[in-house]
Amino acid sequence: MGPRLQHYLKDAGLTALVAAGLAFFIVGFRTYDIGKGLTFDYQFVDLGIAVVAIFFGRLGLSLAADGHDWPALVLGAALGAVGASPIKLPSTFLHWFVGLAGLLVVLRTIWPWANRGLAAARHSPRGVPVGQAIAKWLGAGLLAVAVVMPMTPLADQKTMDLAVLILTYVMLGWGLNIVVGLAGLLDLGYVAFYAVGAYSYALLSTQFGMSFWSVLPLAGMMAASFGLLLGFPVLRLRGDYLAIVTLGFGEIIRLVLLNWVDLSNGPAGIGSIPGPTLFGAVFAETAPEGSQTFAEMMGIPFSGNQRLIFLYYIILALALVTNFFTQRIRRLPVGRAWEALREDETACKALGINPTNTKLTAFAVGAMFAGFAGSFFAAKQRFISPESFTFIESAIILAIVVLGGMGSQIGVVLAAVLLIGLPEWFRDLGAYRMVAFGLAMVLIMVFRPRGLIAHREPSVRLHPARRAPVHRKGLA
Amino acid sequence: MSAPLIEVEHLTMRFGGLIAVDDVTFSARPREITAIIGPNGAGKTTVFNCITGFYKPTAGRLTLRADREYLLERMLGHEIGQKAKVARTFQNIRLFPGMTVLENLMVAQHNKLMLASGMTVFGLFGLKSYRDAETAAIEVARRWLERINLVADADRPAGELPYGAQRRLEIARAMCTEPRLLCLDEPAAGLNPRESAELNELLISIRDGDGIGVLLIEHDMSVVMQISDHVVVLDYGRKIAEGPPADVQRDPAVIRAYLGTDEGDPDA
Repeated sequence: MGPRLQHYLKDAGLTALVAAGLAFFIVGFRTYDIGKGLTFDYQFVDLGIAVVAIFFGRLGLSLAADGHDWPALVLGAALGAVGASPIKLPSTFLHWFVGLAGLLVVLRTIWPWANRGLAAARHSPRGVPVGQAIAKWLGAGLLAVAVVMPMTPLADQKTMDLAVLILTYVMLGWGLNIVVGLAGLLDLGYVAFYAVGAYSYALLSTQFGMSFWSVLPLAGMMAASFGLLLGFPVLRLRGDYLAIVTLGFGEIIRLVLLNWVDLSNGPAGIGSIPGPTLFGAVFAETAPEGSQTFAEMMGIPFSGNQRLIFLYYIILALALVTNFFTQRIRRLPVGRAWEALREDETACKALGINPTNTKLTAFAVGAMFAGFAGSFFAAKQRFISPESFTFIESAIILAIVVLGGMGSQIGVVLAAVLLIGLPEWFRDLGAYRMVAFGLAMVLIMVFRPRGLIAHREPSVRLHPARRAPVHRKGLA
Repeated sequence: MSAPLIEVEHLTMRFGGLIAVDDVTFSARPREITAIIGPNGAGKTTVFNCITGFYKPTAGRLTLRADREYLLERMLGHEIGQKAKVARTFQNIRLFPGMTVLENLMVAQHNKLMLASGMTVFGLFGLKSYRDAETAAIEVARRWLERINLVADADRPAGELPYGAQRRLEIARAMCTEPRLLCLDEPAAGLNPRESAELNELLISIRDGDGIGVLLIEHDMSVVMQISDHVVVLDYGRKIAEGPPADVQRDPAVIRAYLGTDEGDPDA
C-alpha cells in the first residue's frame, strides 16, 4: 500500500482543496442583520472541520474502492464516532455532516460484501431462487397484516387515514404497472383517469343520486374509454414522445375540469359527495330519511372510526382485485403480448401481433383501474376539485412503479409504503422532511437501479420452479 | 415442380432519390430453399422488408398463393404474419430478451391463443378450453425446443443465451407462428463452423419436414451452396442472375459483381 498511500493522500488532499475553495464563501462567511444593514462574521472553524471531514471521507472512499476494507472501515467508524460523540462541534449541522460522511464510507465498504452475500444466497440448496421465495412470503405476510390491521389497537384514526392513503396509491401503482411495467408505455398523465373516475362518481351521485356501488363499474368504463381516447393519437409514439403527449393529456383533463364550470363547478370543486354504503347502511352519526346507519344496523355504538375501517376494506378489496386481475392477465396471451411489445415492437409485428389493439387494451385496462380508484377517492374525500389531480400525482404514481421495480407487484406495495408513508413518518424532521424523502429516493435508485424488486417471475414455465436448470453456474 | 408459393413481380423500392430495389422479379416454391445473395447494399434486406410489410413498395406486386391469393403489398404489417402467414427473422437478432425462452415461443402463438382465450374473457375465468389450448401451445414450444436443443434453457431469459442459441431460438419462434413462408435474414451470421452446420440441418429439416417455403438471405457461400435449391442474385438493387446454385456460381455477371471488374462497371 506504500506508494498507493501517497497517491490516496494526494487525491484526498486535492478533493479537500477543491471543497475548501467551493465552500470558502458559502460556509466561511455568515451575514448578520444588525439593524442598519448587513455585516458578516467569519466561520473558518466550521469550514476547517468540514474540509477535514471531506479529506478523511475521500480517503476512506478511495481505500474502499481499491479493496482496503479494514482501513476504510476504521476511518468510517472514526468519522461516525466523531459525528455522534459529545465533542462540541460549532453546530449541529457539522455533527450530521461528519456522521453521515462516516456512514457513507462504511456503506461504500460493506456494499460489495453485501452484494457478494446476496449473489451467493440467490439460490438456496433446493434451487428455489431466494428472491422469489422472499417475494412469495412477503406478499402473503403483507396481505395478512393488511387484513388484520384494522382490528388491532394500532388502528387509530391517524394510522387508518394513512393506511387508506397508502392503499389508494398501491392500487394506482398496480394500475399504472400494467401500462408502464408490462406494456412499457411511459404514461405521465395517469392521474387524468383517476380524475375521470372521481368526477364520474361525484357528478353521478350528487346530480342523479346514484350509489357508490352502481357508479363504480360505470366510472371504470368511463375511465377506460378515456384511456382509448388517449390511446388512439399516441399509437405511433414511443418512449419520450409518448411521455410528452400523455403529460399533455393529463394537463388537458385538469384544465377542462378547472374551466368547464357548468360541468365540474370549476376550481370550487364538488362537495357533499355521499360516502359508500354497506347494504344500504350509511356511515354517519345520523342517517338521512329512509335509511339507517351502520351502527344502528349492527346494534353497536357509533364511532367515527367505523367509516374509516369500512373505507379501508373497500380500497383493500379494490386493490386486491387489481392485483389478482394483473397476475391473471399476465399469464394470458394478451399479457404476454404486452410484455413482448415492451421488449420489441418490431418483432411483435413480424409475429403477426396487432400492436394497435395490444396497446389500446393496455391503456384501457390501466385507465379502468385508475377510474375505480378515482371514484373511491371521491367517496372517501366527499369533496373533489381539480387541485387533487395535478401532475405531481402522476409523478408520484410513476415513481412508485419505477422504485418498486417495473412490473413487480410486491415492489409497488413496498414503494408505496415508502413514498407515501415516509413523508408522514419524517414529519418530525420539519423543514428537512422533503430533503430526507429525496435522499431516500436517490439512495434506492443508487443501490437498486432496477427498483426494489427486480425479479421477474416467468408467466409460464416448462420445468417446475423447484428444479433449477442444472447448467447454472455457482450451483453446488 | 410445384406452383410458386410467392411471386415477386417488378418490385421497386425508392427512398427519395435512392433506388434500393429496381424492378426485381422472382418466385419461391414450397418445399424449397430460395437464397437471395448479393454484395453489401444490393437491396436484399429491402426485398425482405417489402415482403414482410415493414416497407410499402413503391411499385410492383407481391402475391402469396395458398388457400387464397394474398396481395402482400396491400396488407398491414402484422396481417402478413397473422393471415398470409409469412414469418421472418432479423439480421440483428430481435428476441424478447427479458422474457424466457418458452415465453418467446408462446408469444409467437399469440393469435391462436388469443382466439382460444375468447379474446381474454374465457382465459380470465380459467375455462378449460383455454387451459387445453395453452397446454397444446406449450407442447408445440417444447417440440421446437427439442429440435433446436434448448429444452434445458426453457425458463431462462432469452437475452442470457449465447449468440448461436439466440439465432436458433429466433428461427424456432418464427416457426411457432406456423408460417407458409419463412424469411431468414442472414441466419448464419456470426456462427462458428459447427453451429453453421447445425443450422444447415435445421433449415433442411424445416424445408423437408415442415414442407414450407424458405427465403434466405445469406453471405456465407458454403451455406448457400449446400442447402439452397434456387438462388437469386441481386446487385445494386437489380436482379443479375437466377438459377440453381451450381449455375449461378459460374455466371460471369455474378463473378463480376462479387470480385469487381477492371473497368469497374457493374452493368458491363
